[in-house]
Amino acid sequence: MTGITEPRGMTKASLRGISWLVYVFFYAPILVLIIFSFSDNRNVGVWGGFTTSWYADFAQDSKLTGALSNSLQIAVVATLISVVLGTMAALALERFSFRGKQVFDALLYLPVIIPDVTMAVMLLLFFTQAAKWFGFSKGFSTIALSHIAFCISFVSIVVRARLAGMDDKLEEAAMDLYASRWQAFRYVTLPLIMPGILGGALLAMTLSLDDVVITQFVTGAGWSTLPVYVFSLIRKGVTPLINAVSVVMLVASMVLVALSLLTQRLRGDDPA
Amino acid sequence: MATKQTRWAALLAALALLFSACGDGEGGGGESSAASAACEVGQVDGDLALYNWAEYIDPEQLDAFGQEFGIGATMTEYDSNEAMLPVVSAGNSGYDVIIPSDYMVGIMIDGEFIQPLNFDAIPNASNISDDFANPSYDPNQSHSVPYQWGYTGLAVDTAVVGTDFPRTWDLVFGDSVPADAAGKVTLLNDPRETMGAALKALGYSLNTTDDAQLDEARNLVSGSKENVLRFDTDSADELLTSGESAIAHGYSGDMFTQFLETDDPSRYVFFVPEEGGTRWIDNMAIPFDAPHPCTAHTFINWLLDAEQGAALSNWNYYGTPNKAAIDLLDDELNEFLTDPSVLPGGLSSVESIADTGDFETNYTDAFTEAVG
Repeated sequence: MTGITEPRGMTKASLRGISWLVYVFFYAPILVLIIFSFSDNRNVGVWGGFTTSWYADFAQDSKLTGALSNSLQIAVVATLISVVLGTMAALALERFSFRGKQVFDALLYLPVIIPDVTMAVMLLLFFTQAAKWFGFSKGFSTIALSHIAFCISFVSIVVRARLAGMDDKLEEAAMDLYASRWQAFRYVTLPLIMPGILGGALLAMTLSLDDVVITQFVTGAGWSTLPVYVFSLIRKGVTPLINAVSVVMLVASMVLVALSLLTQRLRGDDPA
Repeated sequence: MATKQTRWAALLAALALLFSACGDGEGGGGESSAASAACEVGQVDGDLALYNWAEYIDPEQLDAFGQEFGIGATMTEYDSNEAMLPVVSAGNSGYDVIIPSDYMVGIMIDGEFIQPLNFDAIPNASNISDDFANPSYDPNQSHSVPYQWGYTGLAVDTAVVGTDFPRTWDLVFGDSVPADAAGKVTLLNDPRETMGAALKALGYSLNTTDDAQLDEARNLVSGSKENVLRFDTDSADELLTSGESAIAHGYSGDMFTQFLETDDPSRYVFFVPEEGGTRWIDNMAIPFDAPHPCTAHTFINWLLDAEQGAALSNWNYYGTPNKAAIDLLDDELNEFLTDPSVLPGGLSSVESIADTGDFETNYTDAFTEAVG
């Protein structure tokens, strides 16, 4: 920390002020959302006394809980598969040179760049044809496949960033000490890139839980995820029920983030 | 109801059609959409998959249908006609019955995305009120039957405006807005609805394709802006009952349900101004490649039954096109639907929004300029 001097006086005060404003801008809407999820008035924005009845409504609404369970199943499956495939792709691109590497590299970025609606139409047409030829019906499998397809890109980008910052010599040293390729990967590389993998997994899970546009196009009869269902509900007016659903989602994702931070910290404390 | 995405959707639909045409030369959509399905009354050929707007039918009513015919019945939700169109038009959507709005029925007939109905299997079609027979978007009533309907008009808070006001568009446009309501008017954030209201106020058709008329309407809207609190579609009803607005341009069903949520529903009135307004109609139709066309016909016939039609309206509080169901409606809903003061201009004053094709962007542009 020699090169940069800490700002002082007015600069420091105004920087601090701006940082706080940014935080307020980020979190004030969430706070309002949480507060009004406890409001005993059908209109969002009109306080009608404290109640937890919206949460009870949520728990009893079989459509909503069904959609939530669908969302979670798809998020778990999509995350697990895309993390494995995305990490493998990252390793291949970072470690080896092979024919067509640049093309593969560029193609991997495509789902990140192209607009959701374009990807959604492509997937819709693809699955429609595939359903015709192979006779499966759209639903869980098509949503999960679509989510895996775009999550792989995000996972591999995050993991590659971690790999690029890693010293190759560590792995070489392990192999010099007679570790097999697999052992070197398992005991040296994998722990080092774990934060990247976890970060990618979190990103994948969030993206999968959030997605509306693509899911809406590739879903099949009787299948709905939570965001798609909530989106269709909003057309009939926003009630605090939607706030309650959002708060549950928010808490769930915060628990997820906290868990991943915790596992990383435990790992870091490990003397090995 | 929103139409700004129509062009996008039309493009996607065209793309979808192109690709599915490339995919297989023989068989496919064209063939099955040529003739209506051969089904008997009450015949079922599998589980029902309904593709509908959210909260538009009581889940228990849907279950009751399944139980009566010994099949499963599921519903999937969409949030706009434009979201539904590409999914159905691409083929293999798996849905048996869809609920497109008026103009979308026209688009889907043109694209052959819905099949002709076999009215031999829908004897209850005779329950459809004459007001809904042979609509402009389906002139021979061959591909669709009405599901539910509503008006777009004005809702007024009489505690602010009083009860003595003209039932015309002057309430929101021009210089004659009541002083108490100045700055407390909301208009819909929808090009076709709000430009349509201005066109009606001027005595034109809300489906006009005349630039001069649209210019006049644009000037009327932009000249009335100082009285407008907000251009808002989603919460127009809530703004009114929470007291933020005094006069709201909005949909009859939304307004009516919102009135009933308040302590004193009689404080609010809804009406279509004398010059006329919009009547929208959502319809039941069967996709060209529905996997269970006979179940679909049976479901449509079942919903057109007097009791089921009344149960549908008593749950979602929109208007029923089913004349046999009117007497079975809740009193307050029945009163509202049959109250002549709701429609002072008579049935001839209302129009359905029709697809104007390429002129659609002129509406969007005029609205954007007017809102400015």
